Amino acid sequence: MSENEPILQLRGITKSFGPVSVLKGVDFEAHLGEVTALVGDNGAGKSTLVKCIGGTYSIDDGEYLFEGRQAKVGGPRDSAAMGIEIVYQDLALCDNLDIVQNMFLGREQISSVRTLDEPSMERLAGETLASLSVRTVKSVRQKVASLSGGQRQTVAIAKAVLWNSKVVILDEPTAALGVAQTAEVLRLVRNLADKGLAVILISHNMNDVLQVSDRIAALYLGQMAAQVKRSEVTHTQIVELITAGRSGNLGLPLATTLSTNGAAA
Amino acid sequence: MSESLTDSRADAAPVISAAVPRTFGESFNNYRQRLSTGEIGSLPAVIGIVLLLAIFSVAQSGFLTLSSFVSILQESAPTITLAMGLVFVLLLGEIDLSAGVVGSTAACFGAILSVKHNLAWPIAILGAAAFGAVSGGLLGWLRARIGIPSFVVTLAAFISFQGAQILVIGSGSGEVAVSDKVILALDNGRLSPVWGWIYLVIGVGGYAAVKFVQVASRRRQGLAIEPSSVLFVRIAALAIGGAVFVYLCNVDQALDWQQREGIHIRGVPWVAPIIAGFLVILTFMLGKTRYGRHVYAVGGNDEAARRAGIPVRLIRTSVFVICSTMAAVSGLFLASQLNGVNTQEGGGNTLLLAVAAAVIGGTSLMGGRGRVVDAVLGGLALAILQYGMSDLIKGGNSAAYQYIITGIVLLLAAAVDALSRHSGRATS
Repeated sequence: MSENEPILQLRGITKSFGPVSVLKGVDFEAHLGEVTALVGDNGAGKSTLVKCIGGTYSIDDGEYLFEGRQAKVGGPRDSAAMGIEIVYQDLALCDNLDIVQNMFLGREQISSVRTLDEPSMERLAGETLASLSVRTVKSVRQKVASLSGGQRQTVAIAKAVLWNSKVVILDEPTAALGVAQTAEVLRLVRNLADKGLAVILISHNMNDVLQVSDRIAALYLGQMAAQVKRSEVTHTQIVELITAGRSGNLGLPLATTLSTNGAAA
Repeated sequence: MSESLTDSRADAAPVISAAVPRTFGESFNNYRQRLSTGEIGSLPAVIGIVLLLAIFSVAQSGFLTLSSFVSILQESAPTITLAMGLVFVLLLGEIDLSAGVVGSTAACFGAILSVKHNLAWPIAILGAAAFGAVSGGLLGWLRARIGIPSFVVTLAAFISFQGAQILVIGSGSGEVAVSDKVILALDNGRLSPVWGWIYLVIGVGGYAAVKFVQVASRRRQGLAIEPSSVLFVRIAALAIGGAVFVYLCNVDQALDWQQREGIHIRGVPWVAPIIAGFLVILTFMLGKTRYGRHVYAVGGNDEAARRAGIPVRLIRTSVFVICSTMAAVSGLFLASQLNGVNTQEGGGNTLLLAVAAAVIGGTSLMGGRGRVVDAVLGGLALAILQYGMSDLIKGGNSAAYQYIITGIVLLLAAAVDALSRHSGRATS
């Protein structure tokens, strides 16, 4: 696999629910060491695309390439086995368990006498948090119920990283956070990419997207309007891609956007 | 990319460890902090036990005697064992209203095996336990696979099993007297004084060994460890408390003339090592195994557990199996206490007392929080309350007052549970 080849590549993905066609031939790619922002208005198909990548939904048609090879993803277990972790917006943490217990949930380490190997789990959890330069958490044995929103997000991300994952997908990680916590989580997102992971960031917040991403993929009514380098676009262009599907010579051909607009209206 | 962000990696953060207290004072402060954030655990039950003992011993001169001390222990055994099983069900936020009746039906089954079929006591006891396990499996299947709320499933079982119990007993008199010496001794028997000490040494030695292995393994991983003074105090507390307990139980309670005749009433009651054994096994299951971790996870957030690949339905079924099996043990204790089984056993408020015991001990009704030791402490507190009241409140309406007071105690415990949840959330 060469340096520039994407780790995850989707070609012409389609997905319909009954008569409603949600994804209409979407191309998408994510590269190691980069943050790829996935943006789009409500109903553009962001969540559906992510669920197709994660295996929650099966794709109707199109190519799913992972590390350059055709991949068959039949369910969440398959994607997790390849090294794709998704942090959903609701985080899926157990309030009554502590940080270590949550990070190893369902994949607990077992000692030689079949009991939980708490010491080595505690050490690994601490090291993972340190490798992400997390400073906001006091103790790895804190109950998740006692953590703030940003700290919870941090734990959920650390949980995804713990498993030598290659692709981490974050669904609106900053949606419910304050200013300082948002900055902390964005720093963490950048750290993940700098550690060599491919990060896919779903966000509505243009400031977040512009601050951390290397590439931006804009979905418009189930079609990929454009996937461009961050350095090549401006704030205004992204907003136009999201709202109209095209901006100048970027984006979908004029005829397509007009016809879909017409259909939508 | 923005440089300030990438640069933050340079000053590497130190590894975050568990905030383990380093000194004795710190451990105490830690405990106080946990209390203030709503993790009160068994504190209400412990305070309750101390208060009740104080009140009753002041109010009536004959309360704090050795024989009442042993009686309280023996009378609490059925409630405690039932509550131990219920803790598992409550941890998932479920309820098992049928446990009392299912347990007694299982005990009736065991009694029939022993009395009518002349089978040895181990077979009778295992038969009762198997009856409980199968019944629990059915309840769990109805809850987890079919998806009927546990309240409805177990309410239906509560009614049906009362009928099953009559059928199992199957005699006109509605009762079967148990004659097997071992089954009768479950609740009434006493260990010889020497065996009391031997069990104590095994218990304390085992506890110390486990603690030392844990410390050694944390040290190997380079993790923070508790100060050895705290560890030492814990082991010493267990040893001294246990020694006082065994010594008191071993004091001969027989009257002078009985002693002259060679009759001795002394020794640790059987219920103590049996309950301690269940306490160790079930606590180990919940705290140290993957299964236990998954029970807590499903109780805390079943969607998160499902996404983590935990077999949620299997876990949900299993807790009903454990609960009904422990209910069978509880039924056997009750049969031993009453020298036999009858069609009324296990009905009434047997089950609700056990739920009260678990909740008073600190297990939450909302799921996700609770320990097996809660059942023991809560059960003891309730037994002391009932034993004390039965002597203190006399007259025609004494039973009425006892019901009212027991009900109020349950309400208080549930209120403490609800309020501690609030304070826990407020800090986050």
